[in-house]
Amino acid sequence: MATVELKNLCKVFDGGVKAVNEVNITINDKEFVVLVGPSGCGKTTTLRMIAGLEEITDGELYIDGTLMNDIPPKDRDIAMVFQNYALYPHMTVYENMSFGLRIRKYPKEEIKTRVHEAAQILDIEELLERRPKALSGGQRQRVAVGRAIVRKPKVFLFDEPLSNLDAKLRVQMRTELSSLHTRLQATMIYVTHDQVEAMTMGDKIVVLRDGLIQQIGSPLELYNNPKNRFVAGFIGSPPMNIITSMVKEEGGKIIADEGDFQIVLSGSMGDKLKSYVGKNVLLGIRPEDLVYMASPEKANNIKTSIEVIEPLGAEIHLWVSTKTHHFIVRVPPRWDFTVGDEANFKPDLNKIQFFDVGTEEAIL
Amino acid sequence: MEIAGILFTLAMALIVPVVFLSYLFVSEKAAGGRRRGTQTARSLPVFWLIPAAVVLGFFLIYPMIDTIVLSFMNADSTRFAGGENYAHLFSDRAFLIALRNNLLWIVFFTLVTVTLGLILAVLTDRVRYEAVAKAVLFLPASISLVAASVIWKFMYAFRPAGESQIGLVNAALSVVPGFQPQAWLFDVPFNNAALMVVGVWIWTGFALVIFSASLKGISKDLVEAARIDGAREITVFFRIVLPLMSKTVTVVVTYFVITVLKIFDIVYVMTNGNLDTEVLANRMYKEMFNFRNFGRASVIAVMLLVAVVPVVVMNMRKFARGKAGK
Repeated sequence: MATVELKNLCKVFDGGVKAVNEVNITINDKEFVVLVGPSGCGKTTTLRMIAGLEEITDGELYIDGTLMNDIPPKDRDIAMVFQNYALYPHMTVYENMSFGLRIRKYPKEEIKTRVHEAAQILDIEELLERRPKALSGGQRQRVAVGRAIVRKPKVFLFDEPLSNLDAKLRVQMRTELSSLHTRLQATMIYVTHDQVEAMTMGDKIVVLRDGLIQQIGSPLELYNNPKNRFVAGFIGSPPMNIITSMVKEEGGKIIADEGDFQIVLSGSMGDKLKSYVGKNVLLGIRPEDLVYMASPEKANNIKTSIEVIEPLGAEIHLWVSTKTHHFIVRVPPRWDFTVGDEANFKPDLNKIQFFDVGTEEAIL
Repeated sequence: MEIAGILFTLAMALIVPVVFLSYLFVSEKAAGGRRRGTQTARSLPVFWLIPAAVVLGFFLIYPMIDTIVLSFMNADSTRFAGGENYAHLFSDRAFLIALRNNLLWIVFFTLVTVTLGLILAVLTDRVRYEAVAKAVLFLPASISLVAASVIWKFMYAFRPAGESQIGLVNAALSVVPGFQPQAWLFDVPFNNAALMVVGVWIWTGFALVIFSASLKGISKDLVEAARIDGAREITVFFRIVLPLMSKTVTVVVTYFVITVLKIFDIVYVMTNGNLDTEVLANRMYKEMFNFRNFGRASVIAVMLLVAVVPVVVMNMRKFARGKAGK
């Protein structure tokens, strides 16, 4: 098993486009790391550099402490699962899975054992004689994963492996990949644009945007303490509500004034914003941190009217608005709501986050 | 006289489409008017096939049968000669050499052209100036065979040692110390190879373009997956790329085999079949137009036909299987 280290990794494409910019990531042994970000953020390019499919423009890549920059993919001891599976169409499933072992001249018996072992784990034993053409999307996905695991590589790379599957299968494969990771105890690097996949699978998540790392952390770290506005908006579904508010000081108390309503900030929260008095900041609050109040509160009350109701069963998403701001709120399905009705909410003051308007960095 | 000719042409240009269209119209009425349902569906294709079948029968099937008949007749087709022509040809040195040469062409020309085409397709795929490289390599394919042969006659031109060489090949090689100018087209049996080089020069670009298109159809991911699986470039080519191109390779090989069975122009222009370079088509031409022996010429034509049949059948089988597998 292996550690992977990316030091100031850069990729500049022919046209001068800087796809990856000074990326530093340390991936520990047996860790499941997810690279996540919108399309064009450089996550796939980073993965391809680790695989050796893309030349590294600048910086260093170490696998198990060995510099890998100029080592071809075949000698890096990695395996990769591609977005469109990339199964060899002229080979059977067995041949596909054993290809890497056969060209490495493993003994026949060993190959057979390993393929059957992997096929058993993935529940594809009865498919071994079939061609990829005769498989469904989910089965192809399993074969692609199987081809990776028979090699017992140092590092597994996944390039959006679930994006071609339908929603139901995607959820199923997600848990299967997670349990596979637990079972194999291998180092895995996983690329996705889907933050739900990132949150559910990753030990560690790396959020990328425009080739720059935005934040690295565990799923809950990212969720609870986003470093900047981008991470706050990207992680979490429905996304965090972010509105502009003016910081004021009234009677020794710090107040965030949103126009339609005011939030009085207590103790430490207020202290953080002292230097922003008289300035605008971005106030962020997660949909579940706006608590529904059957009757309006005296302090910190946000009065809204309901615009859209999305009953999901286990919870209800409400799209509400004050006169100037729109929110999405997540409430338990305990009340009946009607579009157009008034609804009052109280923000959970401990969960509110503030971001600088200019730098969009979190105010800590 | 001239006016009459133009009028006739115009009349034909009008009448032929009208006849065809009215045939289609009438056949559709005839088939659809009387019965409805499955009977119509079954008989209609037959009606539509008839015109094509008539044209094919008249211009292809009939001449073919006639050629077979002629091959059993004497030189001026006045008397039945039995197997005489066949017996003669198989004891005729000129014919046997032509037969051998055709086999040499089939094996070596096809092998070299297909291999070179494949190598060039893979190489051009990896360079930035791919389009230019491919255009240049394809250029010979756009020249007529006669023109190409004339060009290469100059390339192979020979002057005795000591004189200045006007042929590019000898001139270029004279740089090598100790090299003696060669009469490339006179040197039996290597003159056959010299002729094949011309063919290779002409058709490699064609093979390259077809292979290149097929190569582009292979997903890049497959190649990358193989590289990650541990394959070297050469392994990737032989285990992944080539198998995926096998259908294209078969088509190109078939095309070349058929082309080479009919090869004529290059030999006719460059050596006229002298010095053991004759091929079947060349021999047939000589029997027919130089020696006026219709019988023997027809035998060669029949031989060529027989040689082509297995190739065509193989190809048709392959395509039928491809369809069934879909």
